[in-house]
Amino acid sequence: MLPFILKRLGLALLVALTVSFISFSLLFLSGDPAAALAGETASGEDVEALRRLYGFDRPMLVQYGEWLFSALRGDFGESYYFKLPVAGLIAERLQVTMILGVCGILFALLTAVPLGVVAAIRPNSLIDRVALFLSVAGQAMPSFWFGLILIVVFAIQLGWLPPSGAATWRHFIMPTIVLGYYAMPAIMRLTRAGMLDVLNSDFIRTARAKGAGEGRVLFKHALRNAIIPVVSLAAVQMGFMLGGSIVVESVFALHGAGFLAWESIARNDLPTVQALILVFSMFYIVFTFLADVLNAWLDPRMRSS
Amino acid sequence: MTEHAFTRSLLVAAVLTSGAAMPALADKASDTLNVAFTKELENVDSYFNSSREGVVMQRAVWDGLIYRDPETNEYIGNLATSWEWIDDTTLEFKLREGVTFHNGEPFNADDVVFTVNYVANEENGVKTQRNVNWMKSAEKIDDYTVRILLKDKFPAAIEFLSGPVSMYPNEYYAEVGPSGMGLKPVGTGPYKVTEVVPGQHFVLEKNENYYDSPKGQPTVGKIDIRTIPDVNTQMAELFSGSLDLIWQVPADQAEKLGQMGQFTVANESTMRVGYLQMDAAGRSGADNPFTNAKVREAVNYAINREELVQALLKGSSQVINTPCFPSQFGCAQDVTTYDYNPEKAKELLAEAGYPDGFSTEFYAYRDRQYAEAIASYLNAIGIETDFKMLQYSALRELNMKGEVPLSFQTWGSYSINDASAMVSQFFKHGSLDSTRDDEVLDWLNVADSSTNPDERIEYYTKALKKITGEAYWAPMFSYNTNYVFTGDVNYTPTADEVLRFVDMSWN
Repeated sequence: MLPFILKRLGLALLVALTVSFISFSLLFLSGDPAAALAGETASGEDVEALRRLYGFDRPMLVQYGEWLFSALRGDFGESYYFKLPVAGLIAERLQVTMILGVCGILFALLTAVPLGVVAAIRPNSLIDRVALFLSVAGQAMPSFWFGLILIVVFAIQLGWLPPSGAATWRHFIMPTIVLGYYAMPAIMRLTRAGMLDVLNSDFIRTARAKGAGEGRVLFKHALRNAIIPVVSLAAVQMGFMLGGSIVVESVFALHGAGFLAWESIARNDLPTVQALILVFSMFYIVFTFLADVLNAWLDPRMRSS
Repeated sequence: MTEHAFTRSLLVAAVLTSGAAMPALADKASDTLNVAFTKELENVDSYFNSSREGVVMQRAVWDGLIYRDPETNEYIGNLATSWEWIDDTTLEFKLREGVTFHNGEPFNADDVVFTVNYVANEENGVKTQRNVNWMKSAEKIDDYTVRILLKDKFPAAIEFLSGPVSMYPNEYYAEVGPSGMGLKPVGTGPYKVTEVVPGQHFVLEKNENYYDSPKGQPTVGKIDIRTIPDVNTQMAELFSGSLDLIWQVPADQAEKLGQMGQFTVANESTMRVGYLQMDAAGRSGADNPFTNAKVREAVNYAINREELVQALLKGSSQVINTPCFPSQFGCAQDVTTYDYNPEKAKELLAEAGYPDGFSTEFYAYRDRQYAEAIASYLNAIGIETDFKMLQYSALRELNMKGEVPLSFQTWGSYSINDASAMVSQFFKHGSLDSTRDDEVLDWLNVADSSTNPDERIEYYTKALKKITGEAYWAPMFSYNTNYVFTGDVNYTPTADEVLRFVDMSWN
């Protein structure tokens, strides 16, 4: 098991390196960072001075090597925009994103898995139809739209919740629902399909035949098998939520890491974008890794492979 | 992502039809005015940002030596009580006594000397060099007398000293530098900063010991500024009572908010001018049609600017005929103007050898709807446009390389009320000059450096007459901005796009 984990970790590191190199190359090609840094009011001479100051006139490989060397020591440089250390900036913004991501995925799992199970037990029932409607609506509705509808209803008309910001836990209710709702349909449909599949399989019939209780059949035998692909999916969704909650963060004025990434791209704030890409790709890698471990625990057959 | 006109309409409509009871505002009771910024401010230190939000903070937290009354445009002493030109490149100031910074440090000549010497040194990396690079250094005469030495003759010095150049506490700034100043700003201004979450949240409190400044005394106790990137969310916050004032509100929304009755909607012009830049110098290829003056005139005649202003920009926007904003010193208005005349435009195109028109790349970096409207006017006279919307920095880069035949551009002059801030920026053979007219260059050199106001006006007028006569640009319109605030707030916005918290009070 240990060599397997080490091998996986080594692979993960290589993936992260590759991602960072590709993104660095793309950013390098995307435009003149000096012009963006200088801002609208600067003259051509200001831009030239900045280009020299930041060393944008040097070869790309030299710039990448320098960045990587510092990054390995935990120094991601200083944000061109905020003139503050990138590491601190990201750490601060990640808090909001983490809270939102964890709440979002929990909300999605806690609603989608039970709904999926119920829908599978009673296919084509009213509950199944409602669940189907919810998932179609969830896939079809853009997050910013859903977010605004919630704001109009719960913040303006009913006045129950604050419209935006991150000051208290109440501020996170609507963003959690919007973000979680987006991930919900896929999890629910996968749970339903998996459950239907498993419930029709031989070993479930055997379990029922030997007289196991319905609850035991459903949760110990069926769900445990049906949930395996859901775990993998949820891991990917979690990665998506941490890196891709840009729209939700923007609508609810939550200054998280996703929003920071979006803004930093527009501002050509290369050190921040670089570090964020690395952090986000690490999230995907770590969650995929954790999902594998969790699946191995759920399904003994995976442990040997 | 942030500009969904349809969604915004829905939001207002939903609120209007629901008859939602607006919650009573608790903020007046707690003497806190809640304001939204749209963009994340990079650094509160005013020398290290180049955004509008930064100017707003600068005017609240710091003071300059001189103050320009936004109504009368008259220069009044602020941290200086008087000033005089010793010679063409030396300004002497008598400083106000008894002023202290927010941290208790007394203000005197040492602060001026330190600030000027720090910002004028290019190595310290002040973001907008043009604001400070005309100063060479400063020297102390005595505790309350100081001289600023200029690199060269620079008649707009007084305007800059009343605008972007503000005075910093020498001991504190030497210790903390720009990033420390950005996190814990210290100035002499009417408001002191009590909280900074970079880019997100700023809290200002009334400076109880504010000296007798021409800015006036602050009345609102606390200003709470949050960055809310989405205009829809800003409006939701306004409806729910957790914001008291929003600004830079799009025209269509401002109109609807005005109709609701419970908000004050004020519209004021800004110095930002929109214009078409044409490659008259032929940098993007010598065969480029815009090297022909008749084509450039045709472009000027082709666009119904009156209609653009009335239908799209609305408010206090106006048609602009010059490559500068009319209120700017030296921005003469007795120039060649081009009224909407598509027939004449077609004739001119035919005379220029393009009876069937031609096709060109057309670039823009903001306000897609304005650019598209302009493109449709050009299409109507036979100029086919291959429209490309780019990021500002990308377009600027192309422009500096001279690869842009036609583009819709805007310039805000950094709210500097002097024509040099715009004309001289673009017609002095710099990398952004698409015309390269030697005569214009010579005239602007005289106008920019003369200390005789009449001579300045004379030479700016010459340059502007040539620029408009040759139709080098097609100036379009000025921008405006909408301020929307609750009935509790009493405020009259000024024409320079600067929110002045010191002028706000409760009704």
